[in-house]
Amino acid sequence: MHIIVTVKQVPETRTLRMDEATGTLVRDSGTAIVNPLDLYAVELALQLKELHNAHVTAISMGPPHAEKALREVMSMGVDDAVLVSDRAYAGSDAWSTAWILAAAINTVKDFDLIICGERATDGDTGQVGPELAAALNINALTYVNHFELASAGDFTASRLVEDGEEQLAGKLPMLLTVVKEIAVPRLPVLEGKIRARRAPVKTLGQNELKLDERLVGLQGAPTRVDKIFRPQIMRDCIMASATQGQGALAAVKQLNEFLLTRRIGGGGV
Amino acid sequence: MKEAFSGIWIIAGQRDGELLRISFELIARGLELARKRNTSLTAVVFGAGMTNKELYRLIRCGADRVIVADFPELDKFDLELHAACLTALINEYKPEVVLAGATTTGRSLAPYAAMNVHAGLTADCTGLDIDPESGLLIQTRPAAGGNIMASIKSPSCRPQMATLRPHSCLPAEPLKGRGESSGVILRMKQLPPSPEGRNTVKHIGFCPLSEDFGIQDAEKVVVVGRGIKKADNLKLVFDFAKRIGAAVGATREVVDRGWMSYPHQIGLSGKTISPRLYMAFGVSGSIQHLAGMRTAETVVAVNTDPEAQIFSIADFGITGSLFDVIPALIGEINAGNATWIK
Ligand SMILES: Cc1cc2nc3c(=O)[nH]c(=O)nc-3n(C[C@H](O)[C@H](O)[C@H](O)COP(=O)(O)OP(=O)(O)OC[C@H]3O[C@@H](n4cnc5c(N)ncnc54)[C@H](O)[C@@H]3O)c2cc1C
Repeated sequence: MHIIVTVKQVPETRTLRMDEATGTLVRDSGTAIVNPLDLYAVELALQLKELHNAHVTAISMGPPHAEKALREVMSMGVDDAVLVSDRAYAGSDAWSTAWILAAAINTVKDFDLIICGERATDGDTGQVGPELAAALNINALTYVNHFELASAGDFTASRLVEDGEEQLAGKLPMLLTVVKEIAVPRLPVLEGKIRARRAPVKTLGQNELKLDERLVGLQGAPTRVDKIFRPQIMRDCIMASATQGQGALAAVKQLNEFLLTRRIGGGGV
Repeated sequence: MKEAFSGIWIIAGQRDGELLRISFELIARGLELARKRNTSLTAVVFGAGMTNKELYRLIRCGADRVIVADFPELDKFDLELHAACLTALINEYKPEVVLAGATTTGRSLAPYAAMNVHAGLTADCTGLDIDPESGLLIQTRPAAGGNIMASIKSPSCRPQMATLRPHSCLPAEPLKGRGESSGVILRMKQLPPSPEGRNTVKHIGFCPLSEDFGIQDAEKVVVVGRGIKKADNLKLVFDFAKRIGAAVGATREVVDRGWMSYPHQIGLSGKTISPRLYMAFGVSGSIQHLAGMRTAETVVAVNTDPEAQIFSIADFGITGSLFDVIPALIGEINAGNATWIK
């Protein structure tokens, strides 16, 4: 069995910056980490690897230094890594990223299961997973919080939706996007780190994929960031103190008065 | 080629044959765009056993047309199958704009179909506008961890697709003078074929959340942060939340400690909410948390630290301990002095 996990290198949120002139994320500032939500996808893949003797390949699209993210997940136990990288791919949006990843996945070994994180903490669209499934022409389950594989590619799973949990059964091939509840990501082990340092990372670019340039990178991205602006985050906060005078009671009375002036609606007892 | 596309579409959501609130929020947004662009509004519904009576609600609220794909196979959500229907409809009718809710369904269906029809798709928009002449959709969404807003366009591809954050506007109400004859209902004739045979997913059960409503649909949300100190103290918060009819959310600190489960987490790596009332107790207001609640209508915060960042986006703040304030809140409710609850 072959499992593919998608991994993205993202800036640590503390250092996230936008270039206010071009409206794109500045990716080389600060520390780059593996998208925290991808670690859950990696962990599920590794647990399935242990149970079903699967082979796990991690794939990432990004600049050359995204190789570091791939080595990091290899140190957790991922077997192989593929870096999809080319100047022509820079500026891709979710659509063109999924399109390119699908082409790259089609050049590697047949897969049974693809696992993606719910979304990346930088772009934050959560679209690449479902778009990748569409580009590969396979079905997908999103927001998966439980997944169990039986023999011959039958599985049971559950999805976390707004008002509860859907229990499902199906057959591979399938693409999953997983939420945090799926598993607790393991830490890299020393042995893994040593292996990851030496392991080859396969690189794929335009030379190998030969994609229609009208469909990749900035040119191929259907969406354009028109402008960025700072949201009005400050609100005029009326402050009350529960530590002075009549304390909590006075503050609460003032709050109740204030709430009467807002449109809140009923529903209480 | 762009000229071949016209009309505004919304993808309505339903459960067990009943339209969800998000459908009417989308109608409200879609109607605004359709009027500005002087074009028609279509609502697309997927389901099984959708009655005309229910579908006419969409027409009364402003839809000129309802297209319904009504098949037993569409009773429960199957991504590939639903997307195949949407793709077929888009290819046949060529809408200029397609809006879906940024719900677990919409955020799955819209990208899957967008890939199929090569459409630009913007996730989780909080604002939408349209240029009446060119029909260019201007989509506003939070970016970079919520620190910044981006406005996004899809200049060359059609349709222009967007998912809209639930509760980012009020649902449409029936309009005066509109009845069943104000629009038409079209029923899709057959399911689109699948080129390679369908790998459908079987629904074997549903386990509802223990609370009465999902946190994202709640009008009021009470959020606890690490200031609660230990799981035992949560009783106090749940008691208060119940009295005002609020759902309970948490920060990542609280979820990571196992005090509350992940579905309660609000923020960048949790859920996004836009309730009418958001009340924070012992929440510091980190950027990542704010990313999930910034669009709340009224924000109240209680924190011992007068410098806590949560106060900078609050409308009303109390400096003090939640262990003093919550009992006082409950006391005032019991005394009948919290008349805002109605
Ligand atoms: C990639 C990434 C993603 C993240 N995603 C999320 C996310 O989705 N959601 C999220 O919430 N966080 C997220 N975080 C974590 C975030 O950075 C903060 O650590 C977290 O939000 C802080 O939670 P808190 O406010 O409960 O705790 P703290 O920051 O520790 O704040 C506790 C607050 O309680 C106050 N307090 C203490 N005692 C009392 C009392 N008796 N009464 C009243 N107030 C009291 C303190 O003054 C303090 O302000 C993320 C971080 C990263 C790096």
